[in-house]
This record gives sequence, C-alpha cells and structure tokens, in this order.
Amino acid sequence: MHARLPSPISISVRSGARAPRMALARLMSGLAPLHLDVEEAGTVELVLAEVLNNICEHAYAEAEDAGVIELSCRQGPGGLIFGVTDDGHPMPNGQTPLGMQADLDVDLMDMPEGGFGWFLIQDLAKDVRYERQGGRNHLSLRIAVAVLPPI
Amino acid sequence: MDLSTETEERATVVHVNEDRIDAAVAIEFKEAMRGATAEAPGRIVLDLSQVQFIDSSGLGAIVASMKLLGGDRRMALAGLTPTVAKVFRLTRMDSIFDVFDSVEGALTAGAARG
Repeated sequence: MHARLPSPISISVRSGARAPRMALARLMSGLAPLHLDVEEAGTVELVLAEVLNNICEHAYAEAEDAGVIELSCRQGPGGLIFGVTDDGHPMPNGQTPLGMQADLDVDLMDMPEGGFGWFLIQDLAKDVRYERQGGRNHLSLRIAVAVLPPI
Repeated sequence: MDLSTETEERATVVHVNEDRIDAAVAIEFKEAMRGATAEAPGRIVLDLSQVQFIDSSGLGAIVASMKLLGGDRRMALAGLTPTVAKVFRLTRMDSIFDVFDSVEGALTAGAARG
C-alpha cells in the first residue's frame, strides 16, 4: 500500500517552550493519511522535535528574540521532505553541527545529559541541508518513510 | 509532572503518569524525580510504560535523575514503549541503565540479584 499525502503540510507557530509540542501535534495529525507505523511515526516526531527544540533554544535563545517557525512537509520519491524556516540567530559557523555520538566511556556521574539532538537528526534523517538566506535560517531534510513507488 | 511512587522490598518504583517527557517538561521532570527519589530506599525502578515519546531533553533529564541518586544507588528502566526505546538504543544510553520489559521483571531481577 502506498498511501499519499493529499497535499503538502504547512504549519506556522510562534517560538516558545510549548511551540514544538504544538507544531508536532499538528504535523502528526496532518500525516495521519499516510498510516505510518509506530516506528516510522516515532522517527518523524523525534527528528522534528530535535529541530524545533534547537530553534527555540538557540536560534530564538532569548525571550525578546521570539519569532515565527515555519514547518512544511511534502511527499517526494525518497520519502517525506521537510523544510523548517526561522528568523532567529544563524547556526554557529554557518553550518549544522556534525552530531557526533556522545562519549559514554566515562564515569557514571560524568554521563552526558545533552548533546544528543544533532546526533539523532543526522542519524535518522537524510539530505540535511542548511542555508542562511535573507536573515532567515532554512533547514531541509528527508526522512525515508512513506516512500512512493517509481513511476 | 505527575509521578507516583510505590515502595517495594529493596526497591522504589516511580511511575511516570505522563505521555511525554520532552523539552517543555524536562526541568520539571528532573525536579519531580529529585523529590520522589531523595528519601526513597533501595534501587529505583522508573516505570516508563505510559510514556509514548521522549526527546533528547527528556533523555538528558532521565540521565540527570540517575545521577541525582549518587554513584551508589542504581536506576532501572521498565516498560519502554517503541519510540522511547529507540532514543535509548540510538544514543546507546540503554547501556548505562538496567532495562526491563516490565516493572515486575525489574523487581524480580533485583530480588534475584539480592
């Protein structure tokens, strides 16, 4: 069965502590026609949660920085293609972090409590691209679920 | 953050009565865990069976809760749902906790180990 997204999804939320939850709830309900299994839906929700959290925590780091986050999703031949745009601070060095696996070869009390976000994004998503254009951050990525058959 | 605790023989079970531990509630979760485990005897079994989703902030808060116990008390995780299990597996954090299918399994294993 190759379920199709009836039309691209477009979501706009204002940044803030609850913004990722709100955007994810709308995204996941928009994806309902695809009947993703729990594994696929979990991958989508996790990757986009990390992207949205990063925007709220870094791009719009200060309360006075608050702004709009635009999230789009369309179905391409290789799966779901997401675009996320914000007007916040650029990525450090103009590029996405490499997302290395955290070093767990340490004492229990020194276990890392953060730094997993970009690792999860880079591990689960493909074609991750970042661009700073006209004072806006544009991130695009693909998740290989709901892949359409070749024409 | 709705946590409830049960004191068993040599263990305290902390049930997370929420469907998400994400960035919005990570700090709240850690503080609630501090309250729930500070005076709790024995090892801690964290029942995650109602939690459908965690992100990296939620993962970090669970790791922080484990560290709050100090090095001498262990934390076991029980009842991981698929997406929660995936986050632990991908980050390899499943290697630093004792992970069980159910609370009962965690308690039995703990009792057998003494």
